[in-house]
Amino acid sequence: MAKLRQCAIYGKGGIGKSTTTQNLVAALAEQGHKVMIVGCDPKADSTRLILHAKAQNSIMQMASDAGSVEDLELEDVLKVGYKDIKCVESGGPEPGVGCAGRGVITAINFLEEEGAYTDDLDFVFYDVLGDVVCGGFAMPIRENKAQEIYIVCSGEMMAMYAANNIAKGIVKYANSGSVRLAGLICNSRQCAREDELIMELAARLGTTMIHFVPRDNVVQRAEIRRMTVIEYEPTAKQADEYRDLARKINENRNWVIPTPITMDELEDLLMEFGVMEEVDESIVGKTAAAEVAA
Amino acid sequence: MSQDVENIQMSYPLFRSDEYKDNIANKQALYEERHPQDKIEEVFQWTTTEEYQKLNFEREALTVNPAKACQPLGAVLCALGFEKTLPYVHGSQGCVAYFRSYFNRHFKEPISCVSDSMTEDAAVFGGQKNMMAGLENAKALYKPDIIAVSTTCMAEVIGDDLNAFINNSKKEGYIDQDYPVPFAHTPSFVGSHTTGWDNMFEGMGRYFTLNYMEDKVVGSNNKINFVPGFETYLGNFRVISRMMKEMDVEFSLLSDPSEVLDTPADGEFRMYSGGTTQAEIKDAPNAITTVLLQPWQLEKTKKLVQDTWHHKAPKLEIPMGLEWTDKFLMEISELTGKPIPKSLEIERGRYVDMITDSHAWLYGKKIALYGDADFALGMTKFLLELGVEVTDVLVNHANKRWKKACEEVLNASPYGKTATVHIGCDLWHFRSLMFTNKPDFMIGNSYAKFIQRDTLHKGKEFEVPLIRLGFPIFDRHHLHRMTTLGYEGGMYMLTTLVNAVLERLDDDTRGMGTTDYNYDLIR
Repeated sequence: MAKLRQCAIYGKGGIGKSTTTQNLVAALAEQGHKVMIVGCDPKADSTRLILHAKAQNSIMQMASDAGSVEDLELEDVLKVGYKDIKCVESGGPEPGVGCAGRGVITAINFLEEEGAYTDDLDFVFYDVLGDVVCGGFAMPIRENKAQEIYIVCSGEMMAMYAANNIAKGIVKYANSGSVRLAGLICNSRQCAREDELIMELAARLGTTMIHFVPRDNVVQRAEIRRMTVIEYEPTAKQADEYRDLARKINENRNWVIPTPITMDELEDLLMEFGVMEEVDESIVGKTAAAEVAA
Repeated sequence: MSQDVENIQMSYPLFRSDEYKDNIANKQALYEERHPQDKIEEVFQWTTTEEYQKLNFEREALTVNPAKACQPLGAVLCALGFEKTLPYVHGSQGCVAYFRSYFNRHFKEPISCVSDSMTEDAAVFGGQKNMMAGLENAKALYKPDIIAVSTTCMAEVIGDDLNAFINNSKKEGYIDQDYPVPFAHTPSFVGSHTTGWDNMFEGMGRYFTLNYMEDKVVGSNNKINFVPGFETYLGNFRVISRMMKEMDVEFSLLSDPSEVLDTPADGEFRMYSGGTTQAEIKDAPNAITTVLLQPWQLEKTKKLVQDTWHHKAPKLEIPMGLEWTDKFLMEISELTGKPIPKSLEIERGRYVDMITDSHAWLYGKKIALYGDADFALGMTKFLLELGVEVTDVLVNHANKRWKKACEEVLNASPYGKTATVHIGCDLWHFRSLMFTNKPDFMIGNSYAKFIQRDTLHKGKEFEVPLIRLGFPIFDRHHLHRMTTLGYEGGMYMLTTLVNAVLERLDDDTRGMGTTDYNYDLIR
């Protein structure tokens, strides 16, 4: 058996991490790999396309119903979906209360203690909440957990800011452990020269753009049916894009300690590609009225 | 109202003087908005009823007087059992003050333990800076050979990663790369002090053995390892050592705080004293096997011992009482090929003699007990062997398998048929049981003295006297030096028990001309 590869997917909120992850995982499974998805987001929407479910019962929800995590069994929380993909959601509190980060820690500890990481698995994917807001959301990249991190981004300014920030976070853990940045996945927003821009950003971060996933409405059509494109319309062009992505990730061995860039460097890069206009320092802080008067 | 310097009185009897009585009565009447006494009495009586007990056991959201302590407390005790080891708690200062005072009140010894004092900013930015400065300072100030790190809830909730923080501290030169810093995550919202002990031991074992297994051969050092688990009777460390010496068995006690928690007053302060050496823990995988003295409380340790050290770890219960001590010694004999010596046979005979001598007084006495999982199970077994009727066994932190095992022990004896086993319960549950089941005595730690007070308040005939066996014992001295394991432990517990029964009988029969026909010189 090949060694289990554990990958974490990070990226700005709303960028399409969960959709991309599930399509990617479906493609990997189709190619014969044994995969488990661990959703690390209180929204618990990391497995719905695999399970055709609204939202999977999460570990924390069930623990809260049962009284404690110790009262749970693995089979209560681990569901099997499309092509035998194993699915788990850590879950967490409603927005505004409690601590979702702790939920991730508790859930992953539970999976380890209950032996969810079986020998037959080839991949485990952690689909992690948009911003790594606290230590809990870094749980998937602690020692002996995910070693490869993929960042989903697009040519939009905020997505790239987020990608650079995540790279900064990875450096902290990479210095003491074996976690590495494995690449950027561009989930296209159809911005101009988006592929070149992300490739350039990847190069600056010391990594590569693994794949450029174009925009296609079939993704939405599949999603309405709570399915991945791979399953909904296997012959679609978009399905092949995800298969490409899966193949590239399977072959990828380019794992690096990232070299995040400074804000100024990032802004220069964005200006170079016309995503951001050069700031005219003379107008900063001036109201419309003041500008008219001038 | 003022005290006399020549005769300073404690609050009792001072507050019984009229002056103080008036003062307290005024305070209650004028400022405390106290309910009328008859209302208080009515509610008190209600809390002693079956009806209230039913409601009490339906309680879902609240713990009243928990029958457990928190994880890092156990981690600290585990660390104290290793030579020149400083327990270091990553988290808030108050938690560590609690561990120190808790042990200090039980052992009547200073407890050396540090925190890295996380405050508001550390909660926001993570505690890595605290860890770096803390490790550097603790090492410079207290010169330990090992710093054993555990965590408080605060560090756990924000998700601090000990492995990364400690490695970063080393990488950035705050401490040397090869300086031993074993660690364990010990969130207190999971498990109890016994889990914390287990986690810290696993951390120790991992640090000193996990990556050094290539040259290890099971049985090559011809020793038996003993892992005590959360153990606070210092005599237990000594009795295991003594029995093994008498059997001529080579052994390692993995975590032995019996020196540092019992240092002599000879003018020299010992921050560290005794304990398991690094050489011993590193050599542990070479032993014949590892015996877990409190197996129900050592699940993670068991995994380490079996999966990493490749030790079978014989299935034994805590060596408490006659039969389980027999089994323990026979297993050791079988493992090592060393016969059980005459001296232990004689000791056993003496213990059996004591049991028969006291049998008339203990037979049929009803006793309820609570404590940690292995202690409670061992105590149950021990009591049944004496012919004591066990009414209730209560443990906060034990699983359903333990409950089943305890029920099996009870069902195997005619004295255990009517007993009930309660898990996940607290001392407020136990209080209800004391009123409704009315055992003759209860066995527990110091906290149950308030239950004794409450039962007495209902009436002398309802009083359930407390026999202090367990942890913590804050209100009696030196009991932590006693022994509960082996035949010797049986002797101590039996002596404690039978004399509690006789004291009580004397109390009941001391009435001159009324009950003193049974106030006998000879019992």
